Amino acid sequence: MITLEHVYWLSGLMMAGVGIINWRDLSNPRRFNNTAFWGIYAITFLAGSHLPDLANGFLVIAMVLVASIRGLGQGKQESSSREEREASAQRWGNRLFIPALAIPFVTVLGTVLFKKITIHGNPVVDLKQVTVISLALATLVALAAGMIMLRPPLFAPIREARRLFDAVGWAAVLPQMLAALGALFAIAGVGDVVSGLAQRWIPLDNPFVVVTTYAVGMAAFTMIMGNAFAAFPVMTAGIGLPLIVQKFGGDPTVMAAIGMLSGFCGTLMTPMAANFNIVPTALLELPDENAVIKVQIPTALMLLGANILLMNFLVFRR
Amino acid sequence: MLTLIGIVIVVIGFVLRINPLLVVTVAGLATGIASGLGPLAVVAAFGKAFITSRYVAIVWLVLPVIGLLEHAGLKERARTVVAGLRGATSSRILLAYFAIRQITAALGLTSLGGHAQMVRPLIAPMAEGAAENQYGELPKSTRYKIRANAAAVDNIALFFGEDIFIAIGSILLIKGFLDQNGIHVEPTQLAIWAIPTAICAFVIHCARLVLLDRQLRVELGQKSEQT
Repeated sequence: MITLEHVYWLSGLMMAGVGIINWRDLSNPRRFNNTAFWGIYAITFLAGSHLPDLANGFLVIAMVLVASIRGLGQGKQESSSREEREASAQRWGNRLFIPALAIPFVTVLGTVLFKKITIHGNPVVDLKQVTVISLALATLVALAAGMIMLRPPLFAPIREARRLFDAVGWAAVLPQMLAALGALFAIAGVGDVVSGLAQRWIPLDNPFVVVTTYAVGMAAFTMIMGNAFAAFPVMTAGIGLPLIVQKFGGDPTVMAAIGMLSGFCGTLMTPMAANFNIVPTALLELPDENAVIKVQIPTALMLLGANILLMNFLVFRR
Repeated sequence: MLTLIGIVIVVIGFVLRINPLLVVTVAGLATGIASGLGPLAVVAAFGKAFITSRYVAIVWLVLPVIGLLEHAGLKERARTVVAGLRGATSSRILLAYFAIRQITAALGLTSLGGHAQMVRPLIAPMAEGAAENQYGELPKSTRYKIRANAAAVDNIALFFGEDIFIAIGSILLIKGFLDQNGIHVEPTQLAIWAIPTAICAFVIHCARLVLLDRQLRVELGQKSEQT
């Protein structure tokens, strides 16, 4: 049976490959930092499940120190010139979309089919993780299709992955880090404190007020943290689960889906989400670094209102 | 109240623009210590939380094949296709991009857009060019307004499209969190309940884009009559 652990091995191998290619790239002045960063990340995937928690904790701290003290660098050589890519795009045309579209298509297909296929009565994959495993298999199918079609050198995919990982840099780990922060917040009871504050100041005996508090809280907390991923565990543990689900019998699926999207309304309004809101003003040479946020605020507020109404109607529908 | 120290650290760290990985780690460790854990216990708790959150990073497995296709000209081809949809006005170009961006994001193809790859080289120049065709030379403030709108379209269409794809990070995070709390939900169900908001986002923002055209007509139409 294929489990999440196998997918982690695959991720670990990819990260290790990225580290090795970085190590051999003399054009990157910080190549050893890059190698250390992706190498340690590879270890957390390959061995993380077997190492003691404390060892994993020190590995994570080592990664953070490597990324923040001298920082990661980027290789200088482009893998191809613009002209080469234009010519290649001309040659392959819309066939280039086939492997790219294979990823979502095979993922969806796998999610549906793996639930029906059994060998000697046993499922082929861990059904609790069927979506994630389907995604991993879909990337392999897409990669195989791409390799057969384009016939690049054998190690081209990992070299290209390295180029993209260099461009993304440490930000690739930030969502996982914020998820870990959320888990620590949960251990420390941050959600309880926040919900305690909310319960003290807001009359939470009315379902509509609770839904409004949860959605507005998601948006506000996302603006503070710059990321809905960090706000979601806190608000959901503090207000969503105890009040909307347990007290008023709301549907957790609807609550979580629309709650996360309420958080995204907050992302549109905060400079903390720098890669979405501040970086483009630099790229587009706008004199006002809040220009993009100013355009987004009216849509974000109207959509937050829409989310509150939607959640109120849909979460209690049964 | 001391347990909220992590939030304070995150806010200060982001305001001072310190490396977010460092900020988040310090915030996590401080939160653990404030809640009464010993230093080694906090490091262990952080390591455990990081390891159990690895599913968030599985989406990076798409990079080798996406990188390979980019090398073969995927972005250039996508640009050619989008350029073929050239409309008459700034709003229509941005509307078309909004629709394509939201739909491709819903299919999990979140890397087909982006500020550096699409907005700066293609979408913003096309939207500005359309307004130039209609009204002649544009004042700087109008150019900035159109560009800011192009960047906003990319963000909004992405945010409210990607959650319809079942294997995106936020859906996986929701699933992981609810699993930890003993509630088991299907990613497919989460994705379905993202659709009503996605439709609202499309309607609201597209209405605002139509108003943008009207605004340009009022501002620039009057000027061209005066001259």
